[in-house]
Amino acid sequence: MKSPTPILPLKLEDVSFEAGGKRLIKDLHCTFDAEPRSVIIGPNGAGKSLFLKICHGLIPPHTGHVQWNDANERSVRLNQAMMLQRPVMLRRSVSANIHYPLKLRKIPKSERNTLVEDALTQAGIARLRDHPARVLSIGEQQKLALARVWALKPQVLFLDEPTASLDPAATHAVEEIIRAIHAQGTKIIMTTHDLAQAKRIADEILFMFRGRLLERAPAASFFEKPENDLAQAFVKGELLWWRLGKAHRKNTDKQANT
Amino acid sequence: MAMVEIQDTKTVKGPDTGNMNDFGEAIRAALNLLITFDSDLMEIVGLSLHVSLAAIFIASIIGLPLGAAIALFRFPGRRFFSVLLNALMGLPPVVVGLIVYLSLSRSGPFGVFGLLYSPTAMIIAQVVLVTPIIAALTRQVIEDLWMEYKDQLLSLGANPVSALPTLLWDGRFSLVTAILAGFGRASAEVGAVMIVGGNIDHMTRVMTTAIALEVSKGDLALALGLGIILLCLSLGVNGAVYAVKEAAIRRHA
Repeated sequence: MKSPTPILPLKLEDVSFEAGGKRLIKDLHCTFDAEPRSVIIGPNGAGKSLFLKICHGLIPPHTGHVQWNDANERSVRLNQAMMLQRPVMLRRSVSANIHYPLKLRKIPKSERNTLVEDALTQAGIARLRDHPARVLSIGEQQKLALARVWALKPQVLFLDEPTASLDPAATHAVEEIIRAIHAQGTKIIMTTHDLAQAKRIADEILFMFRGRLLERAPAASFFEKPENDLAQAFVKGELLWWRLGKAHRKNTDKQANT
Repeated sequence: MAMVEIQDTKTVKGPDTGNMNDFGEAIRAALNLLITFDSDLMEIVGLSLHVSLAAIFIASIIGLPLGAAIALFRFPGRRFFSVLLNALMGLPPVVVGLIVYLSLSRSGPFGVFGLLYSPTAMIIAQVVLVTPIIAALTRQVIEDLWMEYKDQLLSLGANPVSALPTLLWDGRFSLVTAILAGFGRASAEVGAVMIVGGNIDHMTRVMTTAIALEVSKGDLALALGLGIILLCLSLGVNGAVYAVKEAAIRRHA
């Protein structure tokens, strides 16, 4: 997995996606560099998860390109990882779950054992190593999902709402793990609709609304004063921000027509 | 059933008491055979299990990957294969028996092996019967599982080929049921093994062909006794597998 070529930066050009005649991702342009932790925020249905899945290559975009720095498709695929919103645990033990993707990467057994032990310890679930993964609590499963991607030492890690259904203690633990993964040099791209979490983790914020990327700014200046009016409303927690959304969409549609 | 009615009309007794007597006698006959460890019976039971278990084993080796492949891979004619498999689940045993008979008979394509009227021929016939059942049920199980696992497995670096063994393993609890369905069909069918095996005493006589023989000889009590033993055998196998499966599910959720 020691890839000589860095797969970042990741470049999205003109990416659109539609399903059932509805455009869910609209003309996305952006570039992700290796260093900062990028957090994508936005209301439900903004297309955050879809955006991550398109970047990760799980869903092909209808138009546009997802371009990595490394031209080797296999190396790009194996040097990134994603924690899905609802991670699926394989019907086997906790440690076998971490072994699985390493086996797919044909890592020799001795090396695998160290990686798995490391990940188990770092994620704080070493005592659960022989438990069947499916009977763990949600919080433990989330930690296992993180340990599983951690062991891969990916260059990029996508996280889709990693703490969506966790209590504060488990959320804290998961955030600590994310921080540690980042400290080891992994690029973090994650979604959340928890603003406090975004403030805690983000180096930069991407604000999405109805399939569009409306604003991108360093975290500090974004939370100080977002430029986009919708983002302002969202950050302030105004409940009626979606009314603004309708006006906004009409405006942009008009612009598009003219 | 038809034979039972004929028997009843022949005897003076009323149909109800006749049936009662038959059942009573049958149970007595069955117990008798079991208690005395009747060597003929043990031989028949042994061969039944040998043939059906071997057939299930081979059919699983073919059917599980085949069903999973049809579920996972996209290739032209995939739908046709799914429909074909589902249709083949209902293959009439006598037709399978006839086809296997023709191909194994001296003038048939595999005649040189001289397999006709041997346990091997019976295993071959049951494999043909059971493989479609296991494959069709596997396809369904794996297709449903793939829906749940697809994003996760692809994200972890798998592709449909490497996902195949993963899904077979993770679907093991449901697949056991598919294999049991196959075992049920194999151990219960009489038409195919009768045609290719010939029901030769001490050679190719299994439970179902023995029952058919006893019925035609008019020894209904012995036939029913054998039937009861077959039922218990099938119950035993299913019960044992069910218990193992439940214990495993409780462990793995």
